[in-house]
Amino acid sequence: MDTEEKIIELIGVEKSFGDKPVVKNLSLYIRKGEFVTLLGPSGCGKTTVLRMIAGFETPTKGRILIGGEDITAIPPYRRPVNTVFQKYALFPHLNVFNNIAFGLKLKKIPASEKNGKTIYRHFTKEEIAEKVNRALKMVDLEDYGYRNVNSLSGGQQQRIAIARALVCEPKVLLLDEPLGALDLKMRKEMQIELKRMHRELGITFIYVTHDQEEALTMSDTVVVINDGQIQQIDTPKEIYDEPKNAFVANFIGESNILSGTMLKDRLVKFLGVSLPCMDGGFHKNEQVDIVIRPEDIAISVGGEGQFKGEVISSVFKGTYYEMIVLADSYEFTVQNTSNFNLGTKVVLGVSPSSIHIMRKIRTINSFVGEVEDEETVWLCGGSFKFNNADETLEKGDEVIVKVPFDAVEILDDENDGVIGAKVKQSVYKGTYYQVQLRTDRGEDFLVDTPYEWNINDRVGINLIPEKIIVEKIDDAENEPITDSEAD
Amino acid sequence: MNKKPSSIVALIVKWLVLIIVLAAIYLPLIMIVAYSFSPARSIGDEFGTFTLSLYGKLFENEKLLSATRNTLVIGIISATLATLLGTTASIGIHYMRKKSRAIIDASSQITIVNAEIVTAMGFFLLMLFLRDTLLLPVNFSITWLIIAHTVITTPYVILTVSPRLKQLNPNTLEASLDLGAGPMRSLFTVMLPQLAGAMVSGFALAFTLSLDDFVITNINSIGADIETISTFVYSGIRKKLPSEIRALSTLIFAVVLISLIVYNIIKNKNAKNSKGDKK
Repeated sequence: MDTEEKIIELIGVEKSFGDKPVVKNLSLYIRKGEFVTLLGPSGCGKTTVLRMIAGFETPTKGRILIGGEDITAIPPYRRPVNTVFQKYALFPHLNVFNNIAFGLKLKKIPASEKNGKTIYRHFTKEEIAEKVNRALKMVDLEDYGYRNVNSLSGGQQQRIAIARALVCEPKVLLLDEPLGALDLKMRKEMQIELKRMHRELGITFIYVTHDQEEALTMSDTVVVINDGQIQQIDTPKEIYDEPKNAFVANFIGESNILSGTMLKDRLVKFLGVSLPCMDGGFHKNEQVDIVIRPEDIAISVGGEGQFKGEVISSVFKGTYYEMIVLADSYEFTVQNTSNFNLGTKVVLGVSPSSIHIMRKIRTINSFVGEVEDEETVWLCGGSFKFNNADETLEKGDEVIVKVPFDAVEILDDENDGVIGAKVKQSVYKGTYYQVQLRTDRGEDFLVDTPYEWNINDRVGINLIPEKIIVEKIDDAENEPITDSEAD
Repeated sequence: MNKKPSSIVALIVKWLVLIIVLAAIYLPLIMIVAYSFSPARSIGDEFGTFTLSLYGKLFENEKLLSATRNTLVIGIISATLATLLGTTASIGIHYMRKKSRAIIDASSQITIVNAEIVTAMGFFLLMLFLRDTLLLPVNFSITWLIIAHTVITTPYVILTVSPRLKQLNPNTLEASLDLGAGPMRSLFTVMLPQLAGAMVSGFALAFTLSLDDFVITNINSIGADIETISTFVYSGIRKKLPSEIRALSTLIFAVVLISLIVYNIIKNKNAKNSKGDKK
């Protein structure tokens, strides 16, 4: 098998429903035979990506190639892919055998050649029966052919759905959260089964899930998606050990995420302590996010370490204890096989290799606005007060408004704020939460707040006039920073 | 267990209400069925001896037989057309955008709530317009009645098919496309089989409504000399209703009852099949 062969390629794919963008300029390729997982929170666009590959949605922009052939405009019934749906989608009026045979009965295969023209034929009854029985055997349901599909359990129905898709021998199998409706034990079993089928058949699998554990255990490659954009494409190990940004670190596994400053290559300062680390290539004094996995922190009483703290909670998790240690006002999550009682004064040790440095997604919110009068500026669909100290700005001036993370007030009642917004994300950073707010017009505010906000809640936004910076736009260096790439 | 007197009274009242309600529903039917086997001139007369003579007479009454034939022809054809139209319309409405769907959905149901007499007059005036103003070669006829009945019963088919359509797993149609079936084939092999039950119910409802209809049929058969069972009975009431009508009513009732029983037996059998064949 040529592992470098791209079986699927998405080039600059975008999808909007109405004026709501769901997938934004997404490019991605998948190699033949790979098990690729699209991982992300619900509503991040991962299922839409899969449905575009299947042909149920047409991209608003961009192209999709399968085996080098542009299939963007080809309907689903002519694509060499098959899908396994979350809710099985078996045909209730057909028995198990006929469900699996459905695709085979329609399929045409080259039979012979006449004057350079290939003549196609359908499978014979015997061929279909043989293939269906082999598929049933593969999913361990050999004697179930003449059962009514409604009489089967969820797990059995999903096996039939998988058999129905695989029997057509697609180039790519698409799986849309196929195990989402099953209970935990069944899910674990099916994970192993799917992995086995992938190994034995050598078909490319594209798997969509929001379950990070599932993604890490099953995949060759994980594509982390958030907000319609790819955050990171890597092997499961790389995703876990080297998350590219705070979102990935927070989404994958437990983690301590802190803000710090890169003093120089391989030296980082956070919580008032300078620590050696393995990362470099940042600007001097660049603001960074730091992730430390809970199992990488050494905890001891009076041992070696950089942080002194006190155990404030401890929960037994089956094979280890998960403790919260308050050190210098930061709450570290620590996992260890031995337990430390509440109130124990402990020392935490962090080795250079367990510190992972990430670029900040954004260091300041920046928007284009317009001065309304001496005191107010119009941005993001609302007019906010600002401090026009030198009064060089005049009505109608186009300006860049820079809003530091601590200049935003989040209000419980949407109507108390100048504009309303929805909470998109919340990342705990030990001493505070970093919250992403999305306005109705689609602008994002990153906000540092001591309080926890529930995702998808509606809130009001107020800006603290003294803390926002308003600059005239004709300054070429003040390009708005709105992209995650820009830093 | 000792019951308080008050609870006994409540129990008696409960049963009494039930009996009265059931009697109100079934007494008229029972009387018709019973008197269909009696030679009495009208219901309430002395019963006399048990006889099938009314059934014999029924098959000799040419007028009544032709009315029955008309009723069946109009009913079956219009219900079939309504089922086809209604199902197609339901599928179309189901896949519309939200806004236009709401509009079409509501407007398709207007004839249901509209007073029947208004609809009937509408058809009547439309025919006059077509015939006398546009001078088209059309007239009140059995075809016109079939068209009218189709139009008034189609919304009822939409009403029975639409909910079933909403219950369908939307992924089954996608699965069909995904497995290589084109849109038309998917419609016939995946969607319609799942709608079959609702379509049968819709057909039955449309047929019953057509069978029952008097207002539209009466107004729109003027000058065409077409009688259906309902117009025949109605015009007979004012003159003299032939006793055979009792036999006809009993036959209709029997057919309805038998179809209902058969329908339930099939339904139970299907339910058992889908649940109980785990060995």
